[in-house]
Amino acid sequence: MATIPVDPLKIIEQFGPHRSAPSGLRLSTSTEPERLVKTHCCFCGQQCGLQLKVRDNQVIGFEPWEDFPFNRGMLCPKGVKRYLQGVHPDRLTMALRRDQTSPHGFSSMPYDDAIARVSSEIARIQQTYGHSAMGVLSGASLTTEKTYLMGKFARVCLRTPYIDYNGRLCMVSAGAANKKAFGIDRTTNPWSDMVGTDVIWIAGSNVAECSPITTNYVWQARELGARIIVQDPRITPVARTCDLYLPVKPGRDAALFAGVLQVMIEHDWLDHDFIDTWTVGFEDVAAYCRQWPVARTAEVTGVPERSIRQAAEWWGTAKTSFLFHARGIEHHSNGVQNALGTINLVLATGRIGKPKSGYGTITGQANGQGGREHGQKCDQLPGWRDISNPDHRRHIAAIWDIDEKDLPGPGVDAYELFRKIDAGEIKGLLSICFNPKVSLPDNTFITRALEKLEFYTAIDFFLNDTARHADIVLPGSLQEEDEGTVTQVEGRVIKINKAVDPPGEARQDWRIIQDIARTLGRPHGFTFTSPREVFEELRRASKGGVADYSGITYEKIEQQMGVFWPCYSDDPQTGQPVDHAGTPRLFERGSYNPVARGSGPFYFADGKARFNVADHRPAVDDVSEEYPLFLTTGRVVSQFLSGTQTRRIGPLVQQYPEPRIEMHPRLAEKLGIGDGDWATAETRRGAITLRAMVVTTIRPDTIFIPYHWPGDKSANRLTVAAQDPISKIPQYKVCGCRVGKADRAPGYAAMLEPQQ
Amino acid sequence: MQACTECDTHRGDSMIHLEFIDRARSTQTVPVVCMHCEQPTCAEVCPADAIKRSGDGIVQSARKPRCIACGNCVVACPFGVPEVYEDRQIMMKCDMCYDRTSVGKKPMCATVCPSQALFFGTRDQIAQLRPRSAPVNQFQFGRQTISTRVFMMMPADTVTSRPYVDVTAAMAEQPRQRAIRLEPVSADPFAEVEV
Repeated sequence: MATIPVDPLKIIEQFGPHRSAPSGLRLSTSTEPERLVKTHCCFCGQQCGLQLKVRDNQVIGFEPWEDFPFNRGMLCPKGVKRYLQGVHPDRLTMALRRDQTSPHGFSSMPYDDAIARVSSEIARIQQTYGHSAMGVLSGASLTTEKTYLMGKFARVCLRTPYIDYNGRLCMVSAGAANKKAFGIDRTTNPWSDMVGTDVIWIAGSNVAECSPITTNYVWQARELGARIIVQDPRITPVARTCDLYLPVKPGRDAALFAGVLQVMIEHDWLDHDFIDTWTVGFEDVAAYCRQWPVARTAEVTGVPERSIRQAAEWWGTAKTSFLFHARGIEHHSNGVQNALGTINLVLATGRIGKPKSGYGTITGQANGQGGREHGQKCDQLPGWRDISNPDHRRHIAAIWDIDEKDLPGPGVDAYELFRKIDAGEIKGLLSICFNPKVSLPDNTFITRALEKLEFYTAIDFFLNDTARHADIVLPGSLQEEDEGTVTQVEGRVIKINKAVDPPGEARQDWRIIQDIARTLGRPHGFTFTSPREVFEELRRASKGGVADYSGITYEKIEQQMGVFWPCYSDDPQTGQPVDHAGTPRLFERGSYNPVARGSGPFYFADGKARFNVADHRPAVDDVSEEYPLFLTTGRVVSQFLSGTQTRRIGPLVQQYPEPRIEMHPRLAEKLGIGDGDWATAETRRGAITLRAMVVTTIRPDTIFIPYHWPGDKSANRLTVAAQDPISKIPQYKVCGCRVGKADRAPGYAAMLEPQQ
Repeated sequence: MQACTECDTHRGDSMIHLEFIDRARSTQTVPVVCMHCEQPTCAEVCPADAIKRSGDGIVQSARKPRCIACGNCVVACPFGVPEVYEDRQIMMKCDMCYDRTSVGKKPMCATVCPSQALFFGTRDQIAQLRPRSAPVNQFQFGRQTISTRVFMMMPADTVTSRPYVDVTAAMAEQPRQRAIRLEPVSADPFAEVEV
């Protein structure tokens, strides 16, 4: 049973999170690096280029990489301090086994013995309960090579359908909407297209904190005359300087889009030529929007009528525009509908597939784009193929040299996977690059499910909060200890370069996976000797798929500073070999793609984009008399996701040490709470006590808590496990909640450091 | 600020400050770098003559053999830039990344700044990037007018009439007309929200 072996405080004592601080070579002002390694930040989907200073197998600092076109040297605090994750006191350099007799709950063991133990337990579980009793959880911060390998490992080696990934918490609403509307899932334009556009609509994206480099593009566009519309329940830094702020109530986004489109229809601010020629389905959408006259829209969304009209006028009459959204509208049980609502606004104006006019989702994780394309999703095969499609199955089975009948079918989403663990269907779990005890909603349930596992193997470089449940922890690799590709926010495939070797018995993740396959006696297809070899197979596997990487090589990435997919090895029109540079901008008129075959720019057989009715449905566990406030969650600039890395980097912890409950002064006054007071936020799932942060930059009926912390500080103890019916994304961005002043400090305050 | 602490001449310490203007009311932040005055008040008040200005107009940190860590400069600087490091008994401040700028690189803060609120480059470059703004380097503190090497970008139309920033006016209890406005969102966007 995968229970925590000893008091968590004892585990923390040994394994952290502790805060790193510059010391030794990293503090020296006279040490010159041996070399500079051009690579990218390990954190968000912007994937800023930077150079790591390396000496004595240590990353000792960084130097901006001003030639890389996306960020031209710019970085956020996470990028500046990311080098401090290496040579860290918490770094796992040996394999660990759960050991209740050890004072800190775990004992180290030789790597080979750990692999043997993992393999024998996987074999035992699968012999006893069947192949499907093993589950695999993977992640979108891994390189594309690793995500490809994880998908293949689950299906070919473990023969289980049950693999999913943490992009389920991140990219899937946008992905599903893009699939329905465009037949392809990628941001349409390079970010440089944003500069010079007329209007930018930012729907649910705290750009300055979550994708900081994009701020410069937005502000540069504004300097050249663009109007900025921001839709958010909080006045985030990018909202502070916008031209029109839409203070939407959490969970009402689809209604807002329908209301705006209705105003546009009433004023005929539409591109009829485009709608008639290149889309289908507009009439149904127009009929739906008639239910959303501006007065009703204002009442439901909390956005004043005048602002809805203003947004419709600016959006409707612009010549060029950019719309992007992020988790703010996607993290909903209505997430796909919300994203479709934005796409309808874009299609109605025809402003897509042109310079200075684009649409996209801002990816969250490093490989939020590439990680959702090549088969670690439960219903997907490489090249953005469908695991239920017989042609797709045959193609991939041939590449993998297996019988198509042996390829499992679709599995379930990451949250459902935990429900299957809870129900006793899945007995063994292998996880990498995923910290669900912090990152999944209603995480009290996640803890309960973890405790039911017969055997849990975690691969990580630190002992993350979830890995404390593991039977065996295998020491994996940091981003700078391996090479491979990732695909950043614009759809540009870039190269991560290795700077240092993994320490001690830590191994590159792909080697660990292959070691397990070999020890299981199932090495077929897992004998790669380098990430480059994996990439070469991925190129072949993706060929002919929508996410076609066949024309991309490591060399081409270096020469061009990134390659936008699709990038073909053979011209899809002629079938002849071609030196294809990639596709920076999608849907250009007259462009050819292998799905439409010349009939139009979109990736459907008729070449046309799809309008979809984007239905507003009330949030699950919405505000009520009992829980009258909206709880919404998100990030702060100095922390990243579940904080496994950033809560271990001292200067980042210092910048925003602990989560606080953001609330408006009018609400605070009503509740008798002052700035800095302890306050308790409670939902139907649980309660946590944090300090209040009283600011006028949030709706007075809403509170905000950042989610990077575990345990008694974890916002996801409160969130609801409701999911979108199509994408299965959890509804992190809204649930009913109540808040009261706490009569004393919470117990953890005296025991835990801020980052713990 | 995080990047400033990475500089090879003062690793671990930031020479620039980042302030929330008034977090209770706004997310607005402001980075404070040394403005590199043409007649540096810090140097004028230094009893040990420890603060020097180089030929290219950069005001340096105090010179170690001379600095007596008295803190006059800290008190006198109208921008609040210098700091005395008690453990080292010396005043240190932003020197425009002399180690970088002297070899043709940009200062670290302006290189990495993700919103380019801090920019290092030529007049022509910034004119292209910020066509609606104009550079200003005259700052009025009561009766003292200070000219600086670092420029602040102001809306072009206000600059043509009065090409200086009246700092004390912005600090007044009831700001006069030229005060820097804190909240561009002028009306309370949440006025209609009930609690």
